[in-house]
Amino acid sequence: MIAELARLLGPENVLTEKEDLIAYSFDGTAALRQLPRIVVFPRHAADVSAVLKLARAHRAPVVTRGSGTGLSGGSVPVEGALVLCLLKLDKILELDPRNLTLRVEAGVITQKIYEAADAAGLFYPPDPGSMKVSTIGGNVAENAGGLRGLKYGVTRDYVVGLEVVLADGSVCWFGGKCVKDVAGYNLRDLFIGSEGTLGVVTQVLLKLLPKPAARQTLLATYASMEAAAETVSAIIAAKIIPCTLEFLDRKTIRCVEDYAHVGLPTDAEALLLIEADGHPAAVAEDAAQIETLCRTHGAAAVKRAANDEEAARLTAARRSAFSALARTKPTTILEDATVPRSELAKMIRFVGQTAEKHRLDVATFGHFGDGNLHPTFLTDERDPAEMHRVEMAMREIFGHALSLGGTITGEHGVGLAKKAFLRQQLGDASYALLKQIKHVLDPENILNPGKIFD
Amino acid sequence: MVKNLLQSLDYSVLQQCMHCGLCLPTCPTYAETGRERNSPRGRIALMRAVADGELETTRIFAEEMGYCLGCLACTTACPAGVDYAALWETARAQSEQSGVMATPKRDFIRRFTLRFLFTRPRALRAAGRLLWFWRACGLQALVRRSRLTAWLPRRLRELEPQTPRIARRFSDGLIAEVEFPNSFTAESTKSDEKNSSAFSAPSVVQNKSRRRVAVLTGCVQDLVFSDVNRATVDVLLANGCEVVTPRAQHCCGSLHAHNGDLETARELARRQLGLIDPDKFDAIISNAAGCGSHLKHYGRLLAGDPACAARAAAWSRKVRDISEWLVETGFRKPEAPAFAPRPVTYHEACHLCHGQKISSAPREVLRAIPGLELRECAEATWCCGSAGVYNLTQPRTAAWLLQRKLGHLRTTGAEIVAAANPGCLLQIENGFRAAGENVAVIHPVVLLARAYAAENT
Repeated sequence: MIAELARLLGPENVLTEKEDLIAYSFDGTAALRQLPRIVVFPRHAADVSAVLKLARAHRAPVVTRGSGTGLSGGSVPVEGALVLCLLKLDKILELDPRNLTLRVEAGVITQKIYEAADAAGLFYPPDPGSMKVSTIGGNVAENAGGLRGLKYGVTRDYVVGLEVVLADGSVCWFGGKCVKDVAGYNLRDLFIGSEGTLGVVTQVLLKLLPKPAARQTLLATYASMEAAAETVSAIIAAKIIPCTLEFLDRKTIRCVEDYAHVGLPTDAEALLLIEADGHPAAVAEDAAQIETLCRTHGAAAVKRAANDEEAARLTAARRSAFSALARTKPTTILEDATVPRSELAKMIRFVGQTAEKHRLDVATFGHFGDGNLHPTFLTDERDPAEMHRVEMAMREIFGHALSLGGTITGEHGVGLAKKAFLRQQLGDASYALLKQIKHVLDPENILNPGKIFD
Repeated sequence: MVKNLLQSLDYSVLQQCMHCGLCLPTCPTYAETGRERNSPRGRIALMRAVADGELETTRIFAEEMGYCLGCLACTTACPAGVDYAALWETARAQSEQSGVMATPKRDFIRRFTLRFLFTRPRALRAAGRLLWFWRACGLQALVRRSRLTAWLPRRLRELEPQTPRIARRFSDGLIAEVEFPNSFTAESTKSDEKNSSAFSAPSVVQNKSRRRVAVLTGCVQDLVFSDVNRATVDVLLANGCEVVTPRAQHCCGSLHAHNGDLETARELARRQLGLIDPDKFDAIISNAAGCGSHLKHYGRLLAGDPACAARAAAWSRKVRDISEWLVETGFRKPEAPAFAPRPVTYHEACHLCHGQKISSAPREVLRAIPGLELRECAEATWCCGSAGVYNLTQPRTAAWLLQRKLGHLRTTGAEIVAAANPGCLLQIENGFRAAGENVAVIHPVVLLARAYAAENT
């Protein structure tokens, strides 16, 4: 098979040396590693199709990968896997300013998409923390969120078309530039968030928005997490939907400040990073109201970013939170158990109690505005007893989130990390339906087997 | 059995990488190939595999570590604070120790340069003199014009145009061992005859308590850019410092640490500590970014040596880059000349912006010079390809990076490129010369010294 792949793709696009395979044996998830058998770099959809046919013929499982920054193990190889790395599908194909769309190959880095839109006075909103490194293909496979999710939604909301290669090698296209289109089933949505288990996305047609005319970033400092949570509820209750409503707890603030040096108050218990955007008059009004609400709900201080550069630095610092926490302990296990906004304060309290109960160190940050928390366990993978306690704590946290009407994963995906809890959330009938669909699209189970469910 | 150096590292240093991948977009070799193992994240994974015993120290491993520039751009991007410099130096040392790259020719070159030439200041200066004579007497031009260089082996032939211009006088010939700021000249009678600045006497800052600093002259810097050393002393004098410049200094060992010879690096560090007692000075000044970065790590390098660990730690605390020191102590802004400002752009030497996290100080120095207009260039923090001796060991990647850098520098339209490292100065200078372009490549401290000197004309 290796020889055939080399003939098909060129030997420089087929990696088999151990030194290469080691580098592709993990993604961004802590403590998950598996050496693949081979890594290949297709150059276009036709290559992907040929590779899948070959893999099927040799019964080799295929794990698709972009930059490998996922947080649930979606692109961690399985045993004997062929890693299909799409980084060479890196062209921006067409920006259509009249239809406000952007067509790109799956391997384009999300930051580049943002910049291409920005250069044309347009806006691609989804901004996952990894956007400088991750690819749009990866974002689509996991339906990535980001800081702007509160107001602008997630990756799914911007995919109006996609090209996907199925397990049998056939290349399909769904969607298009029409604003409305109901021809056939909405299969686009099936593939978005399917974590590489139903097909390989090779091209994406994205919808863009006009660039907001103004932005205002605020930083509110709190002496208690409850007060911060109350403020969030108050802002939503006042019918203001800011672009971003992010939260950092004290541990997170300290680590991020240690890395980014952006002037975060390191003695605060909680910090809210709020961004309002839109028409200048609306932004001014919203910002003023948000500031008032923060103060009336106990903010010790509210600061406004002086200019665009400072605002960019603050949001970049927030995006580094997950990695910065590694300054405390090397193995950071990040979760994204999400609850409806109304249950946020309860969930935070429960996380704190659970951590204490299991003698674990937890730092919390996340997208307060949409109820998506990231409780992060600060551990050392070399301590098996501690890792076991982490597992128990996670189980309890997931259970509680589900009991509050929440989900085990808001944006990172199920992958390997949360497989064990999926049936509990979906219930038997829905869970069974997932498997049926998988069977129809990939009867031989070659696409990312063992992810999401077994 | 060969000791596995990576294994003997504190495992938490290896573990610190949580493979988030934020380093990938900043890595020049990853930008070149898109291959995970050519990225910091990938390299750390390999190092960890070697430490875990999952991978032998193979030839591919060693080559991969040699392909890394050591530019440390990844450390600036890394939120988790991975100490990549320590990991990489250890991996390089392990690669050399394992012998997987050894060939008789390579061994000879390493022995001759790292172990002989760069540990013996007199031998290095003699070699410098020879090279100077080769050019000064016209032989180099003759050989080039008559294309006798065609007789050289291919590698030497390609490198020949990059042969640095050795200065006529080295630092010891330009700088006295002790120099005092002008108002204190009465105390320096014993070194008076040698106390002649290459420029006219700079005026002294008033109301400044006098600081005492030692200046490091470097190895390549001393032979090729002795004017930078002279300018460094002038600038320090102009700001009221008493300057001590020990004679016949040798290489600081940065070359050795970055090329897998930690033993010699330690030996050279010990010698430096013997030459300059950190407790006797307010600061030890370096004007070469690559060296300054390594010099600040003497504490770590010699932590395992009880005889000098304390002194090495004290040394590390005293080392300052010249621009860092000037800003820290509040340098005097030169007075305005009568001509229109010339555009200058600043290339950030990796080991200054990434290795020492010094970015704003050199800009502050440049902005203070009234005859200059500072323009920012794109990818200012990207390596120019010099990276120590990288342009000799990995010429293809070094050339690609050089062209990328030259492109950005050209776009600014600047007449002068300021850079604070001899390797960068040589690399960029060679690049412009090969392209037939007339752009001056100058160390910021030289520009400042000239500005002070211009005040008196």
